[in-house]
Amino acid sequence: MGATLKDAAVIAGTGRTAFAKRLPESERALACRAIVAALDDAGIAPSEVDAFASYTMEETDEVEVAKAIGAGDVTFFAKAGYGGGGSCATVAHLAAAIATGQASVGVAWRSRKRGSGPRPWRNTAVQLPTPAQWTRPFGLLRPADEIGILARRYMHEYGATRDHFFNVALACRNRANQNPAAIMYDRPLTREMYMTSRWISEPLCLFDNCLETDGALACVVVAAERARDLRHRPVYVHSVAQGLPAQHHGMVNYWTDDPLTGPAWTAARQLWKQADFGPEDVDVAQIYDAFTPLIPLSLEGYGFCGRGEGAAFTEGGALETGGRLPLNTSGGGLSEAYVHGFNLITEGVRQLRGTSTAQVPDAATCLVTAGEGVPTSALLLRS
Amino acid sequence: MSTSMMPATDNGPDERLLLPVPDDDGAPFWAYAARHELRVQSCAACGELRFPPRPCCPHCQSFDHRWRRMSGRGRVWSYVVPHPPLLPAYAAQAPYTVVVVELADAPRIRLAGNLVAAPDAALNSVDPGRVRIGAAVKVAFHEQAPGVTVPRWLLERP
Ligand SMILES: [Zn+2]
Repeated sequence: MGATLKDAAVIAGTGRTAFAKRLPESERALACRAIVAALDDAGIAPSEVDAFASYTMEETDEVEVAKAIGAGDVTFFAKAGYGGGGSCATVAHLAAAIATGQASVGVAWRSRKRGSGPRPWRNTAVQLPTPAQWTRPFGLLRPADEIGILARRYMHEYGATRDHFFNVALACRNRANQNPAAIMYDRPLTREMYMTSRWISEPLCLFDNCLETDGALACVVVAAERARDLRHRPVYVHSVAQGLPAQHHGMVNYWTDDPLTGPAWTAARQLWKQADFGPEDVDVAQIYDAFTPLIPLSLEGYGFCGRGEGAAFTEGGALETGGRLPLNTSGGGLSEAYVHGFNLITEGVRQLRGTSTAQVPDAATCLVTAGEGVPTSALLLRS
Repeated sequence: MSTSMMPATDNGPDERLLLPVPDDDGAPFWAYAARHELRVQSCAACGELRFPPRPCCPHCQSFDHRWRRMSGRGRVWSYVVPHPPLLPAYAAQAPYTVVVVELADAPRIRLAGNLVAAPDAALNSVDPGRVRIGAAVKVAFHEQAPGVTVPRWLLERP
């Protein structure tokens, strides 16, 4: 057996810009601000950075970022695929590079201008990274349309209802209402608002969809041996995984034998295999929430409940603070900011440092996941 | 086959609906559709059907394939009803119903398409309230632009 990744690396710093529907600066400037802030948070000089990891649909490349922030000689750089499915893979790749001696200080980041910039589904001139010929002519145009198909099938098979999806939207909104940085900080959600909101793609309504946001985030990963020198309580990268299931097809995963067991299931098997604890020991979860139905699907995939039980799991305040599994405690993509899931990573770090605006008392373990429905990735963090 | 989007047409009720952009593996599907035949790629060695089309059989790794004709009957596996904001041509016909159909002759093969009242009817020609998972459907063919035909789906019991 070779080296193990378990607890070999820590997240030493996090940084972010403001989140807004519109920010004046470029994606590159926002990326640099978030990275500089994360290095400052870690107390590590930019000249020490020798590794970068990002994920696709990132317009800012490591060459420009390294030059702008004053990084040193870079000996590792990686880019994970599948947009929002790659968020956690960035940290996984840095941890692997650091554990194997390829680098010592890694930076991962995400910068987006989705609030004020173009939405990819509008682009009719470029073939999108989906099997577009089989879906787009029929008007399956947006991710919401693609996920709506799975959501409808899930409701049909397991009796999930819009109330279950509302439980997800509400938990995220309630946490955002506690987080001054969240776009929905001062915007409470009610069941009536949810049930009477406009459709985006039935069965998904407005509040089942994430926010379109401008903003950037970054985190700094170093070897665990450096933990005692760090400014903050270190957050250990305990277990990592990526997941691309057999016979999987992009976000329109309608063609496998069992489309409702998506990439989460594959990532989860690997994630738990490497971990010293199981789903029942997770104190708080940051689960990718581009759309509300991804939460019950992920709860099943990551083993918090059985197959078909994800919707029922959301009942009785299970996802709220004090519930069985507090969810997306910064507000997540649905209510803090949709920055392709990177805010879920930084919120996981805040929980384990004890500095969340919706702190789970004594939180010591956190699951963070990347986009479900697409090839994905996940992290188990512990303090 | 070009990988860039074919120009949208400016004629008829489908003005500027997106046309399929076939790749090398998918091109025969669209060529058969233009002849009003619904065909699915199958392995010439082991016979397994596969969709979407691809160069190699995932069961036996043979690169030889055939295109097997389907009866065109199936059942609604799931569906979605998109509302604006959408691309203009779709917004003009929204809300419309997109179904994923499980083929009767090949239950593991599922095809996305529009549920319509008649082969050349508008995308919104079936009331979404009448759609059910499990509903029996049959294929129809619609010439969306000169020389470009897409399969569509009609309820067996309208
Ligand atoms: Zn074969």
